[in-house]
Parts: sequence; C-alpha cells; structure tokens
Amino acid sequence: MIKFIFIKLAQLIPTFIGVTIVAFSFIRLLPGDPILLMAGERGISAERYAVLEAQLGFDRPLIAQYFDFIGNLLQGDLGTSLVTHAPVMSEFMNRFPATLELSLFALLFAVIVGLPAGVLAATRRGTFIDHSVMGVSLTGYSMPIFWWGLLLIMLFSSTLGWTPVSGRISYLYFIEPVTGLLTIDTLLAGNWDAFRSALHYLILPGIVLGTIPMAVIARQTRSSMLEVLGEDYVRTARAKGLSSFRVIMVHALRNALITVVTVIGLQVGVLLAGAILTETIFSWPGIGKWMIDAISRRDYPAVQGGLVLIAFIVMLVNLLVDVAYGVINPRIRH
Amino acid sequence: MKKTLLAASIATMMLGAAPVMAKTLVYCSEGSPEGFDPSLYTTGTTFDAAGKTIYNRLVEFKTGTTELRPAIAERWEVSDDGMEVTFLLRDDVEFHTTDYFTPSRPLNADDVLYSFRRQMMEDNPYYQHNNGNYEYFTAMSMGELIDEIVKVDDHTVKFVLTRPEAPFLANLAMDFASIHSKEYGDQLLEAGTPERANRQPVGTGPFQLIGYQEDAVIRYAANPDYFRGKQPLDNLVFAITPDAQVRYQKLQAGECHAMPYPNPSDIDEMRQDDTIQVLEEPGLNVAYLAYNTQQEPFDDPQVRKALNMAINKEAIIEAVFQGAGEVAKNPIPPTMWGYNEAIEDDPYDPERAQQMLDDAGIEDLEMSIWAMPVQRPYMPNARRTAELMQADLSRVGVDAEIVTYEWGEYLKRASSVDREGAVILGWTGDNGDPDNFLAVLLGCDGIGGANRAQWCHEPFNELVMEAKTLSDQAERVERYEQAQAIFKEQAPWNTLAHSVVFMPLRQEVTGYTIDPLGGHNFEGVDLK
Repeated sequence: MIKFIFIKLAQLIPTFIGVTIVAFSFIRLLPGDPILLMAGERGISAERYAVLEAQLGFDRPLIAQYFDFIGNLLQGDLGTSLVTHAPVMSEFMNRFPATLELSLFALLFAVIVGLPAGVLAATRRGTFIDHSVMGVSLTGYSMPIFWWGLLLIMLFSSTLGWTPVSGRISYLYFIEPVTGLLTIDTLLAGNWDAFRSALHYLILPGIVLGTIPMAVIARQTRSSMLEVLGEDYVRTARAKGLSSFRVIMVHALRNALITVVTVIGLQVGVLLAGAILTETIFSWPGIGKWMIDAISRRDYPAVQGGLVLIAFIVMLVNLLVDVAYGVINPRIRH
Repeated sequence: MKKTLLAASIATMMLGAAPVMAKTLVYCSEGSPEGFDPSLYTTGTTFDAAGKTIYNRLVEFKTGTTELRPAIAERWEVSDDGMEVTFLLRDDVEFHTTDYFTPSRPLNADDVLYSFRRQMMEDNPYYQHNNGNYEYFTAMSMGELIDEIVKVDDHTVKFVLTRPEAPFLANLAMDFASIHSKEYGDQLLEAGTPERANRQPVGTGPFQLIGYQEDAVIRYAANPDYFRGKQPLDNLVFAITPDAQVRYQKLQAGECHAMPYPNPSDIDEMRQDDTIQVLEEPGLNVAYLAYNTQQEPFDDPQVRKALNMAINKEAIIEAVFQGAGEVAKNPIPPTMWGYNEAIEDDPYDPERAQQMLDDAGIEDLEMSIWAMPVQRPYMPNARRTAELMQADLSRVGVDAEIVTYEWGEYLKRASSVDREGAVILGWTGDNGDPDNFLAVLLGCDGIGGANRAQWCHEPFNELVMEAKTLSDQAERVERYEQAQAIFKEQAPWNTLAHSVVFMPLRQEVTGYTIDPLGGHNFEGVDLK
C-alpha cells in the first residue's frame, strides 16, 4: 500500500510542473498590462513605467521570471499581490474557508438530492418518475449557473423574501474566525442566531453550486443501479424472498455506490470551477470571486499563485480518492 | 421598513452587540478596497472605504461641491508670490482609539509632516517599505511641486513650493493627502510591522474601522471624538456586492440602504418604487472622441470640425446614455467653475460637413474609430457610440472602421503618437479644478500620455499654463474661458457627453448628497 501511495505521489510531480507552467503563462498570454491598468485613463510616464517594471521584475526575461516563481514556490512563497500588496498565500487562505464551506454544502445538497433521485429513477425505469428525474437532471446539468442564480434570487429573495439576496452572514454578527467555516465558528461561539443566519445565507448559493453535481450524481446513480439490478446476486436475493427495500438499499445500492463515490470525488474540480460564478452572483467572499478580480486586474502573482493552490487541492483530493479506492479494491493497487 | 431590517433591529437588541436603537446604515458597495491607506491607491472604491470614511485632510471639498472648506486646517494663507502656503491646524482633532492603538495626544504638525514625507522622502521608512509607490502623489506631480514642508510650531505648517500652482490647495483635498498618525506609524515601525498601517488604519475621520472580512463586509462605528461632532449614524456597514443587478435586489429587499452605480436600464423601475429614492446629478466628467492631430488629414482643424459636424450627438445621448447625459460642448463639465457658457457647439449639419470636407480636398476618407472595451462612468457603451458615429460618417462619405483592444492595451495604444484614427475615451475630475482637465488632457506635456489627441497648440497651452500660476480665481476663469474658445475653434476632440450620476437610496435615508467627484461619503447621513 505504501508503494502504491508513493507511486501515486510521484505521478503528481509532472502534473504539478505542468500546472505551474500553465498558471504562469496563462495570465501572461492574455493581452493587458497590470501597470497600465493601474494607471487608467491618466496614463503613465515612460520613466515611471520603467521604475515599476523593474520593481516588479517584469523587465526580466520570461524564463527568468518563471524560475523565480518556481524558486519562491518551493520555499512556500507565492509572492505579493500587485493590487493589495499583501502576500498571495494569506490572501488565499483568508478566502479559502468560505469556498470550502460553500462547496461542502453544495456537495451535501447534491448527494442528499441526487442519490435518492437516481435510485428512484432506476427502480422505476421507463416510468413517468424516471423520465421526470432524468429530465430535471439534464436541465440542471445544462443550466448556466449565472442565469440560474439570478433566477433563484428573483424568486426566493426578491419576490418571496425567504432567503437573503447575497452575502455570507447578516451584518449583525461578527464572528472571530477559528476554522473560517462560519457554520462551525458560530457554533463554537455558542451563538445560535448567528448559526441560523449563516445557514440561511448558505442555502441559495449552495443549491446553485450543487445543481450540476446533483444532476451528475443522479444520472450516475441511476445507470450504476440499473447495471447492478441486473446482476445475478440481486436476482438471487429477490428469489430468496427478501423485501424489495432490502434488495435495493443493501444489496444493490452498496455495490452501485463504488462508481458513484468516484464521481463524487471528481466533482471537487467542478465545484471549484462553479464556485467562481456562484461567488460572483452571491457576493460570496471566496477564492472564486478573488480570482475573477485578480484576472481582470492582471494581478500576475495572485492569479498564478491562486491557480497553483487550486490545482494542488484538486490533485490532493484526487489522490485521496485513488488511495481510498486502493483500500476498497486491492486489484487497483496492481 | 422591510422584514430583514426589522429582524436586524430586533436581533441587535437581543444580542446586546450594540446599543438599543443603534442606527446602522448598510451601503452595498461595488467592490473590495485594495487596502486602507488611501495614499497607496488610485481607485474610488478604496477612497470610499478609507479616505472619506476613516481619514481627514488639511482642506476638504464641501459635501456635494468642488468648493474647498477648512478641515484639519482651520485656515490657510497663500504668500503673495504663491510660493508658500501656510496652514493653521485645529487643536481639537483626535485620532481614533482602537483595539490596536491608543493615541497619547491630539493631532499636531508632526502628523502633517509625517503624512507627506512618507510619500516624498526616499529615506523615510514608509517610503522604502512601499517602494515609493504612492501613485496619486506621483501622478499629481506633488514631489516636484513641494520643495519642503516646514513645521512652524505645533499647530502651524508651511508648504514651500518650487513654483506657484493654484490647484495645489485642491490637490490637498484629495484622498491621497489624508493625514495619518505619526505616533501610530512610529509604533508600527518599532514593532517591525509597518504593513499593518494598511490593514489596521488609524485616522481622525467620522467613522473608525471595526472589522473587515475580505470581499464580504466592512464595519465601522461612529468616531465618538470626531471634531465636527459625533455622526447621527452609530454604525456604518459596507456590504461588498459587485453585481449591479444583485445590489438592486438587495436594495429592494431592504438588505441595504444605498447602492452606487445602478444599471441605467433599472433607473425607471427604481423611480416607480415607493421605497426607493433616486438622487441624480451631472457628473464631473466628459466623454470625447480624440483625433490624432499629428496625422493627416486630422492635422487640419477644418477636417476635424467637419467630422464633428457630421456626428449626431443628440442621437448618441438618447440611444447610449438613455437620457442620462447631456451633449458636451466644452472639454470641462458645466458644473465646474471656469466653464465657458458663451461657446457655441458645432451644429449637427451633414451637408455642411460634406461641403467642408470637399473644400479641404478630402475624398473617400477611411479612418478608424476606437471603441473602449469597458463601461466607464462617463461612457455606458462605447461600441454602440462608435456604431452610431460610423453610420453618421458614412453619410458624408467617410468609411469608418471600428476597432477595439483589451482595456490596458487600449490605453497604451491610444497614448501613442503614431496611433491611427480617433479614440473614444473620457475623464472624471480628480479635484474640481479646470486645470485637471485642460492641462492634463490637452496640455503639451500630456502628449504620448493622457493627451490622446496628441495636440500641442501653443496659444492654448500658454493660457492654461499661465492660469495655473495665478492665485486670483477671476483671472484664472478669464484664461480658461479663452482657452475653451481656442479649443472649440481648433477642435482636437469631438466633445461627446457629460453623463449623469445616479444614487438610489432607501426612502428612510436622509442627508445624503451626491459627490460630483464620484466619491461616496456618509458624513452627516441619517436614517428616519
């Protein structure tokens, strides 16, 4: 098992190097110059431009800038934001818990709704229920997040007044961050009203972000269940007179879950990508919104540092899924 | 008041987090501040969150105007030769007492010296810490303008200038010139944490920072020792909401009391809503089309004038600004002193324009019109504007091609002396002084930079440069009026529009005034 983990870790190295190259070159390939953007309509004198260019190291060859980036990265230094003048690592870490909390809630929603929906569709194959579940999940999968978010805001926040329009918690509460996850920090502070507020603010963005994973999970659960339901051991279980509920929940679902769990693991990347749009709509103070701002301002250190950290997290989760898989199914290790 | 705010008041009382019936105004701001030291940045978002809220300056703009009023300095004197400006400071200005700093003395001359020296003296530790990146101070040429700053006594400071410069006082009212606490700065240096000055600000302003959660919310409490008296509001909250549509939804839902930068298309609907009031005022801005006056055939004023007369500006105001703007005839807005009311704009007259082009020997002219890729306060939709111009110009036989670039690239290329075609751009005033438009955008020094027409016309330049050195405002007005007449005759730009600024507020908000300079200031604002 240790050898298996070691091999998996070694395989991450070329991926990580690839990520640093993409992260470094991506933002530089976009037209636009951070110094000129900062100067705006006023413009900037050639002398002042040269001073700033030298200060930021932009006058050096690109390859030298890349190796500076890698050298600093290996020492855990992602550089300083051109806009806020604060270390990129602390900017990221200040915002990451908000994204994590939103993603976890979205995943919870996706699993709680998607899994039973998939089981229901599989057990009622070909019926109106099956077609409805699949139709809804296809719609959910195809829904543009931006439009879906605004639609829900208009309905539930503006018209019905059930949920807040945007934000993370009511401005009345100021909770000192411990974990950075407000639903946990409010409980640690023993403030139930604040907890309820944090949960209240989480509902709509959580649903919007969780819609696509929910659709994917529902469809995957359905097809896995259909496959498993046709297996001999399920037929045997039925023949032995076990209740339909027991056959589905104990014999079929447990085996169908293996592929579903993999799909859930893969949704981490989808959630982080979806978070960028969801956070913008709901003014959710996470890394997605931060990255959008950094890209529009051509804040090179923030964009490349942020991309590397996000890729690192996705790789880490995938590694954990691989390892967990190896534990469940020893054949994978070979 | 809607449910949310009611619930909020009840919850506040239950929590005991603030005094019962505490008045809290929530402002749905458009973005996150880059930091809380206004001398380091150039964006209005940061000035709103820091400069206007937390800090004061020696002199300030009277709310809602571009007139100067005393602030930290209770009065000032300019020497006869205009080379020295002496400020007498108030003796009752206290710095904020916060969790991280307790001032031991009121503001004095040392704080004023400190606030400017950190931006101009290379041996100052804060200058070094920030690599001298005080962009506004640099852009306003303050380093070249100030020869030295002298502490005459504890409450008197004298600025010695290198040349007489009338707009100097207005520059000191800008956010970059905010006054910081030297005592706090020294304390941070001693602790080896100068970077905290940008995160944990200490000012003298109407509100003091209580907490900032990145990209989410900024909380302020009224400064109990404010020298103009405690604010009617107890708390001020900036709820950061970048999307204009979402800001509007929050305003409707009662989740915020004020929002900046509404979508122009929402204004009519807002006006129909009984819970919302929409304030409006002409902005201190101008949108223009700048020809490259150093290239043929645009080096001929008659050609430029002919093209101006071929473009229907009224149609642009109607279609692009949706009525939220007015046709510009001068390069400075009508709300600014020195505006020449007597100037007559070139009329929209395609036939005469065609005749003038024929007289100038222009046939089958092909040109580019540059359309900005972004929306700006002075220009809601440059692409649509360019399309309307293109159609107008085709009627006089001019084949115009619309080009655009990424914003940073656009600004860079538009500044180039070799640039082809005419550029749509604009400007919002920094300090309410005509010099800030006429010299910056049209002066000879701006060629290759902010002077996108690449226009250097000596009679105009001399008037503008002379006006800058005069201390008598009437004399300055005279020069600026003459300069505007020359501008109209020479037509380096087609002056397109001055946009209107809107500020939607909940009905219960009182005492708010739109800042013509584009800022958002909550001093003196109250809730019914």
